[in-house]
Amino acid sequence: MGLANPNIESGHRADQSEGNFVTTTIDKVVNWGRKNSLWPMPFGTACCAIEMMATLASKFDLSRFGSEAIRFSPRQSDLLIVSGRISIKMMPVLKRIYDQMPEPKWVISMGACASCGGVFDTYTLIQGVDQFLPVDVYIPGCPPRPEDLIDAVMQVQRQIHKGELPKGAEVA
Amino acid sequence: MNEEEKEITEETIPRVLEQLREKFGDALLEEAESQNGVVVVVNKEKSYLLLEYLKTELAYSFLVDVTAVDNSNLESELMKYDYARFMVIYQLYTFEEETSRIRVKVPVHEKELKIQSVTDLWKGANWLERETYDMFGIDFEGHPDLRRILMPDDFEGHPLQKDYPLRGRGERESFNFEKQNV
Ligand code: SF4
Repeated sequence: MGLANPNIESGHRADQSEGNFVTTTIDKVVNWGRKNSLWPMPFGTACCAIEMMATLASKFDLSRFGSEAIRFSPRQSDLLIVSGRISIKMMPVLKRIYDQMPEPKWVISMGACASCGGVFDTYTLIQGVDQFLPVDVYIPGCPPRPEDLIDAVMQVQRQIHKGELPKGAEVA
Repeated sequence: MNEEEKEITEETIPRVLEQLREKFGDALLEEAESQNGVVVVVNKEKSYLLLEYLKTELAYSFLVDVTAVDNSNLESELMKYDYARFMVIYQLYTFEEETSRIRVKVPVHEKELKIQSVTDLWKGANWLERETYDMFGIDFEGHPDLRRILMPDDFEGHPLQKDYPLRGRGERESFNFEKQNV
């Protein structure tokens, strides 16, 4: 990206003909902004949520990646982090929260339970939220370490940077 | 009687048990001692009266929990109480006596799967009894609003009954996600 070009500061230099503008595409600039300001919607329903909280707190500090603005309103967020077990009674709630998020939106399925039910192959547990939601990044582990969550966020960032559409994008 | 429950010897008999014996006599099917408390098994006809007595006369005013056990795999327990499949359990606590805890167990037969509600003694019993109904299918008579509390409203079956399969009877697959109020 040209924005890191040191010459960009030099608009007042005598020689105005070079070094004070960059060329790019609007998509690149938008994506660059988007990937560095992902606002997560935390959906923590079980033990994985504890690790998610640790990731957000000062020690692991997700704000280094521009994602410290945790929104508890789905209407203000663009990254859904499903961390924990989802029961059949909870799934309609989760689906509605996903539906309320504005496009474009990404989904991280954190931990074994959210991704496949984990050890809880029981009468009431959803065996993987990807049956209902378009998941972009899965995180293995029970629970995954905060580094894993950071890695997943960075993976979403890389997808955005490459200009890939989220899994759930409605392509017209 | 399970492992943590000890038999009571006549020298160390707690006062509350003496009072219960005096008042309820034959209705007490079994007595035992457990960690700083006593355990009594009482028949269903007298259970409400016993709980009321414990609350109003003996200061066991704090209802800690209401739950149940399905003993259908436990032949020894079944035999003791005339093949009553379920055991409804009330945990009470007092702040005033040395014997601070008392556990009241009530055998309930499968063919008569109901027991009198204690919601008029303890308001807090409301949700506890709903949970017990939801998980075991025990009907609490006189409960103001006996609905499911954990499982979805249209769920069938009671998951903590021992004959309920771990993976359910297909509720997970056939669940109507559209119909739910969220
Ligand atoms: S994957 Fe493990 S840590 Fe995460 S919610 Fe499931 S049981 Fe808890």
